[in-house]
Amino acid sequence: MAPDAPETLWLHAQSQVTIVDLSQCSGLTEERLHELVELGALSPERQDAAQWRFSAECIARVRTAARLSDDLELDTPSLALVLSFLERIANLEEEIRHLHAQLPTPRR
Amino acid sequence: MKYKDYYAALGVQRDASADEIKKAYRKLAQKHHPDVSREKGAEEKFKEIAEAYQTLKDAEKRAAYDQLGSTYQPGQEFRPPPDWEKQFGEGRFEGGQFSFDDLDLSELFESLSRGRRGQQNRANIPIPGEDYEVTVHLSLEDAYRGTQVDLGLQVPEYDDQGRVRHVPRTIKARIPKGATDGQRLRLRGQGGKAMRGGRDGDLYLNIVLHPHSLFRPSGHDLYFDLPLAPWEAALGATVEVPTLAGAVDLKVPPGTAAGRKLRLGKKGLPRPEGGEGDLYAIIQIVNPTVINERERELFGELARASTFNPRGHFTEVKTHGS
Repeated sequence: MAPDAPETLWLHAQSQVTIVDLSQCSGLTEERLHELVELGALSPERQDAAQWRFSAECIARVRTAARLSDDLELDTPSLALVLSFLERIANLEEEIRHLHAQLPTPRR
Repeated sequence: MKYKDYYAALGVQRDASADEIKKAYRKLAQKHHPDVSREKGAEEKFKEIAEAYQTLKDAEKRAAYDQLGSTYQPGQEFRPPPDWEKQFGEGRFEGGQFSFDDLDLSELFESLSRGRRGQQNRANIPIPGEDYEVTVHLSLEDAYRGTQVDLGLQVPEYDDQGRVRHVPRTIKARIPKGATDGQRLRLRGQGGKAMRGGRDGDLYLNIVLHPHSLFRPSGHDLYFDLPLAPWEAALGATVEVPTLAGAVDLKVPPGTAAGRKLRLGKKGLPRPEGGEGDLYAIIQIVNPTVINERERELFGELARASTFNPRGHFTEVKTHGS
């Protein structure tokens, strides 16, 4: 991890990590992570590859990617596709949670 | 040691080809992989499948497994053949004192492949600790205040010879303020212990909030239903409402409609980056189910005096042909 990475890190959009962090926490090579960026499965906050910073949410995504890659023996383009579907599902579930929270539940 | 039927786990015959085993594994893995499946117990199911595949995909391990024979029932206690250790363990389980009794079947085969990497194990190469990933269920109150949880895990432990066994371990994890449903937390160095100067593993927590009797979370915002009597909604009122920080007074403006959301700023869950979510009261207008004579009179009087038509907008609907 980067020397300044805190001991306790919420994996949310406001924290940022480097490609080295992502590689270390997932076991995926930086080369493979570059491919995932090229395929749109990971979006760096800054576009200049030398200064790439990723939202800490990406940590969960690359760890999932590593598991799927190992367990299902997926190549990188298939992996990128699966990750994009998983992200869509996660967003829809978030949306459902949000709608559900606003639904009145009348008392009986 | 308890016997496990790896062929049954993958749903293949004992004489299945390597290709058939691979296909069966892939099919089951796609269905039960915990990152893909939402079915209950997917993780355990996948572990069984993966354990079976780890052994059966490797010709040497499969041959060793096949030597155990097929007469055992799953879960049955058994001892591997007497020459088994010698044949497969020679040069791998150095230090002697190798006992099958307290090993799990998967640990036995895992030891085999670690043993094969014995050369590497003997060198002083640092081995990083394993990362653990755990789902933690929290009450909304604990998420609000921050809390400490005791996590009971079964973790793999390796000795110097690369033998593995799973041992129970309790990890105390401090969860700071900022949690909400579906959020993840990484605690550095609180995963598995490293060997020979490697980096300790990390602990990843997936937060799941228990449903609360009153508040429903959406991100760091919270929603709850605020029932009002018809006259409170019509005339406006100041009502006491609960929040996670204690009760507060909320001013309901006159003419408040059902379904309207009244915001109580910064009364939601604390955000990890600072600040708080909001708390929303969703108005519900409820009628008394039993009314006395006087109330009936007053409602009657209101009905006669009022020109309010709650269904006025129905007239805007054009019927077919009109």
